Amino acid sequence: MQPDALGYFGEFGGRFVPEVLVAALSELEREIESAFADPAFWREYESVLAEFVGRPSPVYEAQRYAAAESEATFVVKREDLNHTGAHKINNTVGQALLARRMGKKRLIAETGAGQHGVATATVGAKFGIPVDIYMGAVDVERQALNVYIMQLLGATVHPVSGGTKTLKDATSEAFREWAARVHDTFYVIGSVVGAHPYPYMVREFQKIIGVEARQQCLERYGRLPSDVVACVGGGSNAAGIFAGFLNDPHVRLWGVESAGEGIQTARTAASLNAGTVGVLHGSRSYVLQTAEGQVKETHSISAGLDYPGVGPEHAFLKESGRATYVSVTDDEALHAFYEFAKTEGIIPALESAHALAYARTLAAKRGREDLILVNLSGRGDKDIAQIRGLARPVP
Amino acid sequence: MALESIFKPGRLAFIPYLMAGDPDLETTRAILATLARHGADAIELGIPYGDPLADGPAIAAAGARALANGITLQKVLALVSEMRASLPPLILFTYYNLVYQFGLQQFARAAAGAGAAGVIVPDVSLEEIEPLRLALGAHTIDVPLLVAPSTPPDRAARIAGQSGGFVYVVSRLGVTGAGTAPDTKLLRAQIAALRAATKKPLAVGFGMSTRAQVDAVRGVADGVIVGSALIDAYTGARGEDAARRVSAFVDALAVSD
Repeated sequence: MQPDALGYFGEFGGRFVPEVLVAALSELEREIESAFADPAFWREYESVLAEFVGRPSPVYEAQRYAAAESEATFVVKREDLNHTGAHKINNTVGQALLARRMGKKRLIAETGAGQHGVATATVGAKFGIPVDIYMGAVDVERQALNVYIMQLLGATVHPVSGGTKTLKDATSEAFREWAARVHDTFYVIGSVVGAHPYPYMVREFQKIIGVEARQQCLERYGRLPSDVVACVGGGSNAAGIFAGFLNDPHVRLWGVESAGEGIQTARTAASLNAGTVGVLHGSRSYVLQTAEGQVKETHSISAGLDYPGVGPEHAFLKESGRATYVSVTDDEALHAFYEFAKTEGIIPALESAHALAYARTLAAKRGREDLILVNLSGRGDKDIAQIRGLARPVP
Repeated sequence: MALESIFKPGRLAFIPYLMAGDPDLETTRAILATLARHGADAIELGIPYGDPLADGPAIAAAGARALANGITLQKVLALVSEMRASLPPLILFTYYNLVYQFGLQQFARAAAGAGAAGVIVPDVSLEEIEPLRLALGAHTIDVPLLVAPSTPPDRAARIAGQSGGFVYVVSRLGVTGAGTAPDTKLLRAQIAALRAATKKPLAVGFGMSTRAQVDAVRGVADGVIVGSALIDAYTGARGEDAARRVSAFVDALAVSD
């Protein structure tokens, strides 16, 4: 669906930013309108995705992972096979092409675990546009390898020492940096969050996941999936795969949030399940916040899901009932991570392991005719040091 | 309206900003009293928010100190209520989510009850301002709006039309904070364009930190807002000591001379 003229999906979205950024958002909105109507823009996007990213990504039957408990067919969309190892690059390619079209001289981006930073640094290198990455000082420590990769790719990484020194603060800092150099800087947001038109634009660049997957299911199985499952932090991979099926009312859509240590605890990141409606980083959506409206510190085993907000379109899909949002704990995600590696020979990203964990419990309830499609949004190489550091024996 | 009356022809109004509860409410009380004695025509009082998108490092850090001290919107309103009678008009400065969670109507009632003259919420754009403006307007509280250097002229005119009390002219790109001096030539052009669009007073803020910068807008703008540099002046001190540093800073700035 399209947001309305003010950038709302139902009552969610909008543009809550300082005036200094409004002109830039309007400029971006106009550019999107012209680029999205230009077949040459999409031809170049698709050609870069084919040759540089390696699309289309296959769908793969992960029956050994699902089998013990399920008669349903269980397939995963292999976004983990993309260049740089996750769906993030679909979006950064699109935004870099827009930035070039607008004549912007510099890309900036926020990053938490570093995946979006790496994806932005990658397209900056490819298109020859300088890149500045804002990253919480704590994350710079925790994700030293990704910091080094961004530097190898020619980007400058700026540690952010305000607030909790994590993704939320890196995002705020990137907004401030954008405000200071709004005339020559393009802010590459990594998820379907932020002020209009970002949630819509990022969804359009991730929609290819759902469009491909829908066609692949029809070609291979002659039917649509019964269920589509994706993890949700900010929600870009879920928005992308859901977009392919929004007009198929019989396809059930499942967004899987990180419960962390439990949605009743303070150590959670499940904004849609445990949050309330508020305004964060430019749009109205669900936010993990205090009764006064201060944004809470979140927790997830997966850095990519460790964010107190969620894209406004997901808030709308939740309210409208078109998608259902559930949550999976750290332990359940970790279990799926180990299981998927052992049964399928694929190490999933911890983010994607949340979707895999829920999808397996769903598979146990489905029958022979059902087809479950899971977005395997990224590979787990980036998580191996963290999991090894848990000092638990491999089960 | 109350805020418009602080601006007098041929005179630059002085509007200092400080963060309520940074580092504690005693210090804020002492600084407020000092500012009243040293010629403040109105005072902007920041209500701390953890993710202040419009603020630079000085104000963001001040907000973090206030939050660490347990300062809430309710406590700031209580402070306003307590000190209102001895102070020039007070303008609350905060972010939308705090107001939104409080409830727009409830917030308007509470702010009016406490005696606030104005409310500035920098992350509510012209397109979103109507509900807030109406809620506060019903209690005769002004809502000054911001115009940035990046704002196109037709939009600036519309913002000025909706702005209450005065128009807050952001003097340079970026966030609040001393450091980068405003571009005086650009600012003059921006103000001249606004004059053609509105008769409302124009107050300049963001990056105003020295006497020279203040003198540069004298005769150009109707008022000057000074925040980060004032916070820098008292940071590290408490109570009367902080207030003394503020009075030295304000005297050196010499806005009212």
